[in-house]
Amino acid sequence: MTLPILLFFVFAGIAVGGALSLIFAREPIHSALALILVMVALAVLYLLMGAGFISAVQIIVYAGAIMVLFVFVIMLLNAGVENRTQHSIMARWLGIPLAVFLIGDLAYWMARGAHALPLAERSGSLAAGPVSTQDLSLHLFQSYLFPFEITSILILIAVLGAVVLARREP
Amino acid sequence: MEFVSHHAILVVSVVKIAVLLFIVLTALAYLTWFERKVVAHIQSRLGPVFTGPHGLLQPLADGLKFMFKEDVTPPGADRFVYVLAPLLSFSLAITALALIPFGPGTISILGQQKPLAIAHVSLGLLFLFAITSIGVYGVALAGWSSNSKYPLLGGLRSSAQMISYEVSLTLSVVGVLLMAGSFDFDSIIQSQSGRWLGFIPRWNLIPQIVGFLCYFTAALAETNRAPFDLPEAESELVAGFHTEYSSFKFAMFFMAEYANMITVSCLATVLFLGGWLSPLSSSWHWAWYLPSLLLILGGLATIVDGIWKMRGLARVILPFMGVVLIAVGLLCTRPGVIGVVQGPFWFLLKVFFLLFFYVWARGTLPRLRYDQLMDFGWKLLLPVALANLVITSLVVLLVNR
Amino acid sequence: MPLRADMMADLCRIAPELILCVFGILLVALEPFVPSSSKRALGWLAFSGSLVAIASLWIVARHPGPAYGGLIQVDNFSLFFHGIILGSVAVVILGSINYLCEERLQRGEYYALVLFAAAGMGVLAGAGELITSFLGLEMSSISTYILAAFRRDARKSNESALKYFILGSFATAFFLYGIAMTYGATGTTRFTGIAQALSISGPTLLAVLGLGMMLVGLGFKVVIAPFQIYAPDVYEGAPTPVTALLASAPKVAAFALMLRIFYVAFGPVQHIWFWAIWISAVLTMCAGNFAALLQTNVKRMLAYSSIAHAGYILVAFAASTELGIAAVLFYLAAYALMKIGAFTVITHVGGRGERHLELSDYAGLAKKQPAIAACFTLFLLSLLGLPATGGFMGKFYAFQAGLDSRIIWLVVIAALNSIVGAYYYLRVILTMYFREPAGESGPDAGLGSEIEWMPQPVAASIWVVLIIAALGTLYLGIFPSRVMEFALRSAASLR
Repeated sequence: MTLPILLFFVFAGIAVGGALSLIFAREPIHSALALILVMVALAVLYLLMGAGFISAVQIIVYAGAIMVLFVFVIMLLNAGVENRTQHSIMARWLGIPLAVFLIGDLAYWMARGAHALPLAERSGSLAAGPVSTQDLSLHLFQSYLFPFEITSILILIAVLGAVVLARREP
Repeated sequence: MEFVSHHAILVVSVVKIAVLLFIVLTALAYLTWFERKVVAHIQSRLGPVFTGPHGLLQPLADGLKFMFKEDVTPPGADRFVYVLAPLLSFSLAITALALIPFGPGTISILGQQKPLAIAHVSLGLLFLFAITSIGVYGVALAGWSSNSKYPLLGGLRSSAQMISYEVSLTLSVVGVLLMAGSFDFDSIIQSQSGRWLGFIPRWNLIPQIVGFLCYFTAALAETNRAPFDLPEAESELVAGFHTEYSSFKFAMFFMAEYANMITVSCLATVLFLGGWLSPLSSSWHWAWYLPSLLLILGGLATIVDGIWKMRGLARVILPFMGVVLIAVGLLCTRPGVIGVVQGPFWFLLKVFFLLFFYVWARGTLPRLRYDQLMDFGWKLLLPVALANLVITSLVVLLVNR
Repeated sequence: MPLRADMMADLCRIAPELILCVFGILLVALEPFVPSSSKRALGWLAFSGSLVAIASLWIVARHPGPAYGGLIQVDNFSLFFHGIILGSVAVVILGSINYLCEERLQRGEYYALVLFAAAGMGVLAGAGELITSFLGLEMSSISTYILAAFRRDARKSNESALKYFILGSFATAFFLYGIAMTYGATGTTRFTGIAQALSISGPTLLAVLGLGMMLVGLGFKVVIAPFQIYAPDVYEGAPTPVTALLASAPKVAAFALMLRIFYVAFGPVQHIWFWAIWISAVLTMCAGNFAALLQTNVKRMLAYSSIAHAGYILVAFAASTELGIAAVLFYLAAYALMKIGAFTVITHVGGRGERHLELSDYAGLAKKQPAIAACFTLFLLSLLGLPATGGFMGKFYAFQAGLDSRIIWLVVIAALNSIVGAYYYLRVILTMYFREPAGESGPDAGLGSEIEWMPQPVAASIWVVLIIAALGTLYLGIFPSRVMEFALRSAASLR
């Protein structure tokens, strides 16, 4: 077993474990911490796939910015231990089978491997091997310029919404 | 031995980590001594004098004291998070240093040519920011898990402060990135080599002076240092987020703060002050002997000081230290060593200079009020950093055409 | 840097979105500098922005073809939808100006959000790829979440926005999951590429699951059963002009995306999604119509009615022919017009603080303000589907398409549902014309002001909106052929 594969299993395990404890933890801060763990573990997995830039940005943006605000809000609201309700009947009889089915389906397709997927090679942008930051930026600012710019408008809308909803009345 | 030859990369890394950890931890300890001394002299005091000559053993005494104090966990604290917070703070602060290149080229360890940095990553700057951006959690979680109101308020304050200033910090660096065209520390430093008009070094400090000032200000706030040390405003919050911490856990926060100072200064050196590049012309051969000269002079001063001004044991210790310094200085003139020493020498000199600024700022500037802090960060620093970015990118675009 | 010719052409193809965004940013930037007494001017600025965007459709029409490497498609289909969306948005802005003054909510951000939402819907109408369409969907959704909460001090508005936001985010998450699965199954996110891959591989389980997930997400946005439950609360709580927007443009845009995904990308596996649409159509019509029967709040009743209309549109959708697509387009145009008209009447009658939304408030409206009552009658009759109105022609084409494709049972159910719908539309009309205003009922009977309640005088901008909507509805009802012809050409360009 080579080092990268070992690392993969370790961090994949951490990611899955973190996701599970995110769901089952009852203290909101613990859930948030578990989510941060998932983010960091995912960043390592990206790194193992040779996507260094995405990996670093994943940590900076998700773990370093978004989750900080989550934790911040939880602290500010001083949210206590969450109450558990009786699980809904819908969730038990529809949700759990659906979850199992989805996981099984995804696992099946992944087990068949990327080669079984049609057209995977044709979308040339996803060539194997590490992607340099330069390639990434060329894609971002040339082929996908339009979605990129739309995203900035999207963020502007969100900022505007925060201002509209949170502003003190004059 | 077979293990060593098969896993050379692992062994070399571990050796480098051990060496750096030793150096950094010592440096941390003596940074506190240095700070106390400088601040004391700014305020016309003497600072630590009793523990060892010039109070040189003070850090050791402090360390021992921390270790043997009672470790209290407040009732109702979230024990797991309470322990996690200082560990997180300290380990992240130390980890960030692994990315810093202290010198050029490679050194040979166990027959392997290795760069001076522990981890040479082509996306070094991004990863450094990735590591430091998680540092907030140590502070926030410490405040939350203590189950006490002052730490909670202090934690909230300081995480708000760190988030706010992180934005300006990152933005102020982008100008340098645009000029270097790389995230790699070595390329960033190399892009600053050469001279203007034959004698002014092409450091980013001059074209990016605005960026540098923004960076340094934001860095002061980011590391919770005076005049932005509101999280620890004694008069309002006792000791801020680490009020409830004692013993070694407290020491970890303490060390994390100083380690962060060192990291931030190292980064400033790499980005704005030309890293390990010498400010002097490479044609001046005598400049190569500057490190030795400095060490020998320092050694002589120590001997003189020890013999004529000290009493008791210090009369022996100080001259002995002086002899060691002179010996190291002489070693640095050896042909094999002199080349290796140059990079780290200039690098550390610049870092030291910046750290002195840090302490200077603490000794002279009064603390800001919280609303002033937020106003300053969002309404002045951020727009200036943004404007710097826009202008830099325009200039880079025009020059590169 | 000089603009290359192809870049210029690409910019022309997204001209309406560019103009809307520029005007939106301009509004936000100007907002602090406009004194609060003349904030109304910002509304007119936004209105002129939407008019410029409509005018720019001429530029777009002259540059058909793919933009940005196929991320955006400019064809008759996208033009038709741009027309409906931009028209609706312009009219909604006009209808909001007066309302915002009444509610003391006159702010530049409102109009900016409407324009940004319109830009997002424009992206939806033209998207040729899933990620781009997702971004467009988010743009329009997030703007409308905020708009729904615009009456911050009204509890209902907050409730509405919160429900809309939480369920809406859930729906977009489903949509995104669907995109991921589709990408996994076909290796591309472009509609044409997906179609190619599916025609080679056939309907793989993963692709079908992806489509199902996307149907959940889109079903929420176009408000079809079983994802319609949130709609009445949201429509009722949101400020009425926003409800007019919610009921028209975003729904139209989401239908545009749905048509592209189902007919272009998943065209090769039509036989699989046909039954999902069929069942959903039946559920939607019944859920909308039967719940509407029980409502006494007119705003809420119209919310249910718009659910029912989504069901009728699905009938045409299920027809799976070019005529069916054209019928969807025509129906959407007529639907947007009459819904905006009806909600504008409710805006007007509701008055300050939206206090007069109950059916009893409409009693005797014909005597108080006969012109308003006449307009409302026209819109309600059109919603009901009476001949000579746009609603009738929409239903006519939809049912015809259904009969052509031999989905007789669905058409029969739809026809029966229209008859059920007649009850609650006619009830409102009868109340307006034949019932005396209930003076002394209710707990406030002692207060003099409540006895002789009169709606406020009609503002000029409201008149303009009502006239546009009424004329449009009549035009579509009496001279449908030109619009239908264009709809047929648009449908042809989709394939």
